[in-house]
Amino acid sequence: MKGLYAIYRKEMGHYFVSPVAYIIVGVFLFLCSYFFTRLLTAVIENSLEASMSGGGGAFDVPSIVVRYFFGTVSTILLFLTPTLTMGVYSEERKRGTMEMLMTSPVSDTAIVLGKYLASMTLLVIMLAPTFLYSAYMFFHSEPAAPWRVLLTAYLGVLLLGGALLALGSFFSSLTESQIIASILTFGAALLLWVLDYGQPGSGPVASTMQYLSIFRHVEDFTRGVIDTSSLIFYASFICFGLFLTVRSLDSMRWRRA
Amino acid sequence: MIEVQDLTKSFGEKTAVDHVSFTVNKGEILGFLGPNGAGKTTTMRILTGFLPATSGTAKIAGFDVFDDSMEVRRRIGYLPEAPPLYTDMTVWSYLDFVARIKNVPAERRKTLIENALVKTNLEDKRDELIKRLSRGYKQRVGIAQAMVHDPDVIILDEPTVGLDPKQIIEVRHLIKSLAGSHTIILSTHILPEVSMTCDRVVIISAGKVVAVDTPANLTSQLKGGQRVRLEAEADEVALRAALQEIPAIHHIDVEPAGGSGRIAATVESAQGEDVRSQIAAKVVGRGWPLYELRGMSVSLEDVFLQLTTEDSEHAAKPAKN
Repeated sequence: MKGLYAIYRKEMGHYFVSPVAYIIVGVFLFLCSYFFTRLLTAVIENSLEASMSGGGGAFDVPSIVVRYFFGTVSTILLFLTPTLTMGVYSEERKRGTMEMLMTSPVSDTAIVLGKYLASMTLLVIMLAPTFLYSAYMFFHSEPAAPWRVLLTAYLGVLLLGGALLALGSFFSSLTESQIIASILTFGAALLLWVLDYGQPGSGPVASTMQYLSIFRHVEDFTRGVIDTSSLIFYASFICFGLFLTVRSLDSMRWRRA
Repeated sequence: MIEVQDLTKSFGEKTAVDHVSFTVNKGEILGFLGPNGAGKTTTMRILTGFLPATSGTAKIAGFDVFDDSMEVRRRIGYLPEAPPLYTDMTVWSYLDFVARIKNVPAERRKTLIENALVKTNLEDKRDELIKRLSRGYKQRVGIAQAMVHDPDVIILDEPTVGLDPKQIIEVRHLIKSLAGSHTIILSTHILPEVSMTCDRVVIISAGKVVAVDTPANLTSQLKGGQRVRLEAEADEVALRAALQEIPAIHHIDVEPAGGSGRIAATVESAQGEDVRSQIAAKVVGRGWPLYELRGMSVSLEDVFLQLTTEDSEHAAKPAKN
């Protein structure tokens, strides 16, 4: 797996020598900061109103903010991750470098994993600064809020992002066009998001649809709950996406004229 | 070093490579010559393990390209038709990346990259971004990439395409200098390239091998006769009649040349007979001004055209069964 590390290094270099990564991370952080401030203000105002009118007990501001904030982060990821992965394979195919990678002593699995880990690293880099402001909020809340909620929320968003990146890398391996790759990824992710809409609450079809809905599983994590079924869902989603990508690379050998 | 047996590759109905067999010895430069679309690239892609063959086998250093693909890939360097470059990397970091994915151990990496830079004359471009380099330099980076891990076999698909004449000569010298320690296959549709660089030639046409030999043998074999070109100021019919009087001449082509009534004639004669003096005597004897008289050698180009056109005529029949 020496090749894997070489691929990983190359991908990271590629993200950061081009302006692409800086722009994506910049836009992401700008949107996150905006939503975070708005949410925090709104929730604090609500809690003040509630306490002045004398109703209800303690208002757990951090937990509520975390829940809404990570819902918003998931939505932003839906829009931004397709742009992270669109070029991963399609650009290599277009430039002809895919032919070099595939005639080098590196297995297809190592290529796929190297590239995937690089895109995951970029996701972590994207999310890391947002930890500062959530941590700041937790640090100053009175009484102390449960840190566990914050950590599970990050775990949830990372898993969701990982699933979206695996999906994106598969679509990128199908085409030479970055635009087609990003549109397909976005379309598929959106479909997986709205899969549970309009399904009546019970019945096997509805519960399957709800289980498959990619964003629903984040909700548990933002409440501080680690649900094994959600963990398994994301893990299998990622593995399946990467497996399809490996197969898709392999099929290039059989398809190409 | 390389053994190819009955290699066949079809894409659907179309057979791109049709029972191709040849061998390449260690340290040799083999030229793969053929018109565009003859199956050169497909054959090379099979050898590199990028494409699987439909039938037949190919072995590099004793390893089957399909069954032992990883072993083969370790031993080859490959330059596809378009150099596979990451244009936003510097020359050095690009070669470093290639050396890493080719499993070059860390302690040898620096020496080998340095070596590749020296051989391809890229030492002063090492820190330049590849996208800022000219076409010729990019091609050299492509060649450096194919040799950086010191492979046994180097496969170059049209290495001189798109270069200017000076760069072409440099690349040819480079390829020649690599022979001996490396076994090289290069493909081209440019004939002088083959006669200048290659030890042996495989001529391929419509997926079939039509000839395998040294460039010198190929030309002498097909040199059925001798050709002479002359230019004189004379009447077309009269000139033809005068030339026909020389018994050794068996074919005459006459056409008007360069205005003011000059005629150019190309004459083919039997091998071993120099008809130039006889022609000169005839022409001058009749009082026609003679402007030019020179012998023409049969070039590899003629051999190539003869073989590839002959092949398409012959191939039409057996292909049906």
